[in-house]
Amino acid sequence: MRAPVTDLPLVFEQANVIAGGVTILDHVSLTLSAGPPTVLIGPNGAGKTTLLRVAMGLTPLSSGRITWNGQERSGSGSDSASKARRAIVFQRPAMLRRSAAANIDYALAGVSAPRAQRIDELLALVGLSGLGSRPARRLSGGEQQRLALARALARDPAILFLDEPTASLDPAATKAIEDIVRAVAARGVKVVMSTHDLGQAKRLAGDVVLLHRGRLAEHGPTPAFFDTPRSDEARQFIAGELLV
Amino acid sequence: MAGETSAFQLVLAGDPGLYAIVWLSLVVSLSAVACAALIGVPFGAWLALTRFPGREGIIVVLNALMGLPPVVAGLAIYLLLSRSGPLGSFGLLFTPQAMVIAQTLLVTPIIAALARQTVEDLWAEYRDELAALDVRPFRRVATLVWDARFSLVTALLAGFGRAAAEVGAIIIVGGNIDGFTRTMTTAIALETSKGDLPLAIGLGMVLMAIVIAINALAWGARRAGEHYAG
Amino acid sequence: MLNRRTFFAAAAIGACIASAPTFAQDNSKDKSIVVASTTSTQDSGLFEYLLPLAKAKTGITVKVISQGTGQALDTGRRGDADVVFVHAKSAEEKFLAEGQGVKRFPVMYNDFVLIGPKSDPAGIKGMKDVGKALTIIKDKKADFISRGDKSGTHVAELALWKASGIDIEKDKGPWYKSIGQGMGAALNTAGASNAYVLSDRGTWIHYKNKDQLAILVEGDKRMFNQYGIMLVNPAKHPNVKKDLGQTFIDYLISPEGQKAIANYKINGEQLFYPNANDAGA
Repeated sequence: MRAPVTDLPLVFEQANVIAGGVTILDHVSLTLSAGPPTVLIGPNGAGKTTLLRVAMGLTPLSSGRITWNGQERSGSGSDSASKARRAIVFQRPAMLRRSAAANIDYALAGVSAPRAQRIDELLALVGLSGLGSRPARRLSGGEQQRLALARALARDPAILFLDEPTASLDPAATKAIEDIVRAVAARGVKVVMSTHDLGQAKRLAGDVVLLHRGRLAEHGPTPAFFDTPRSDEARQFIAGELLV
Repeated sequence: MAGETSAFQLVLAGDPGLYAIVWLSLVVSLSAVACAALIGVPFGAWLALTRFPGREGIIVVLNALMGLPPVVAGLAIYLLLSRSGPLGSFGLLFTPQAMVIAQTLLVTPIIAALARQTVEDLWAEYRDELAALDVRPFRRVATLVWDARFSLVTALLAGFGRAAAEVGAIIIVGGNIDGFTRTMTTAIALETSKGDLPLAIGLGMVLMAIVIAINALAWGARRAGEHYAG
Repeated sequence: MLNRRTFFAAAAIGACIASAPTFAQDNSKDKSIVVASTTSTQDSGLFEYLLPLAKAKTGITVKVISQGTGQALDTGRRGDADVVFVHAKSAEEKFLAEGQGVKRFPVMYNDFVLIGPKSDPAGIKGMKDVGKALTIIKDKKADFISRGDKSGTHVAELALWKASGIDIEKDKGPWYKSIGQGMGAALNTAGASNAYVLSDRGTWIHYKNKDQLAILVEGDKRMFNQYGIMLVNPAKHPNVKKDLGQTFIDYLISPEGQKAIANYKINGEQLFYPNANDAGA
């Protein structure tokens, strides 16, 4: 797997999302650079998922802009060169009604390289070797999450978004996902993931972003974020208080 | 009852006339379902994925047409195909083709409406995933239809059930011509009118057996497919 | 691109409809004609017996659409049949007068019979005068089933009421039930509701669900039922297969065809009496 970095940094400038009169993202300015994973934290409704969707081009900005290495890329053009190489794993990924291998193959469509070999590599990477012929929807929750990861990675992304990938998993399944995240990040893929689990943020993150009520409350390198938080929100959140 | 015995005797004796009737019934209804699927599935999928003013109206009309009375469909096709009608020059009235057209008209709304519902439900589940994978619109539709295939089989079966059971449309456009456009249902209507109720009942039981057999086959195929594809 | 896709879709659907049943039909492209006829000729079983004989002689496959006389004539009027073979002389003469038919040939007759429950609540069994019988039914308000479908039998029934001095439109009540269906259905209804009904003899003999029904009045000259056959006018409807149609007509009125009609019997009972030679019939 190549480790392309040409799409980064990903920069949000005054990103604003308003839907049905409700402000979901409130003038967020944020730079995501190549390097270790960035972890988004914040209470429910803080805007984590929307931030990821905006980055994927799935939710349009109401105002502000997003640039990839200095360029605006709408993501709606048909020219693949004009598109950011990005992929996402949703919190509850939809499994196509096919085998696990076919789910990966689906994302590989258009790739001319020997696909069977790529599928085997990806299945091995997420620890699903030997399960390729299983119907995807018969896999366990953790296995489905890993298959979704493999499917996203099939697109050879420069940046991979993960929306609460371990939200409903037990510790063993969570560890499996975290190991994959580390392996992927080690290959130079920029991982941006949201989580409710502060321990997970500490274990994985190079930098941490705290969102609260759609606003960027704080963004800093992991040690600094946890040891010397500058904002009240961050202090409360780290202390385990309820941020409302 | 003596009548059932006589119908089953016909079946057992391999009565060629009876087999011709059963065969024509199957060919006409299955052809109509195939044609209706060719029209209804893409149309339903398109309706599921497109938003435009008047769409809700089309859906309401489509759902209403699921209950289109067969005689109305038959009459419409009759007027269309009659020598005095706009398509009269094709000489299709009182042919099996006319029966296929009439049943296609009956079955298409059922398949289209059920396909729309199925595809729309699946679309709600797949939408973000397919958008994130940058899937082009045409492949999107193909993916949804393919992944909904087992539910769509149920829609096709519903269509087949309606086609195989109806008599109102095909007796008008087919004419119930002996050996040419006589199907099980029109034969049942005829035997009833001749007062030969036992034979009519026998034919009805043959029809029921065939419909049940086809449903059982499709059910088995669906179960096997679901097991295989999830 | 879209147009091409649309075109291919339309072509596929067209091909689907056109090709699907072709393997189900083996006798459509050879010599065949469409004959619009009455339920009585079909329900009496005459065609089942006669058409194979006609085919052996002429090579023509006859596709029969069995309808009421009025509907059969309308099918001819639309040009959807090549030949009409019906039994209501006045309606046939109107059809000719409109220029819809070429020429009317009398073929055969049978007769109508008044059917009713064996219990005979109106007490008309064995009467020779159908007019008197109908008058009693009306006076006693005994249930009566009318075809009500403009068929030859329906037309004959109306003529019989009139001949009995009864204006049925005015005098009918709940006892007079017009069902708008074929002969067999009318017999089924009469049987199920203990009612009287007028039937052609052929259908009655062939009818298998007689149960509590029986012939109560027969033999009145006014109950004769004449069948005529006409080629639909090719000048009005160019698609009419005039040669094949006329060949079929010629067979029916030939001595051979007439003999075949006379030979059609059920349980030894003759159903139709050929009379093609009776020019006034």
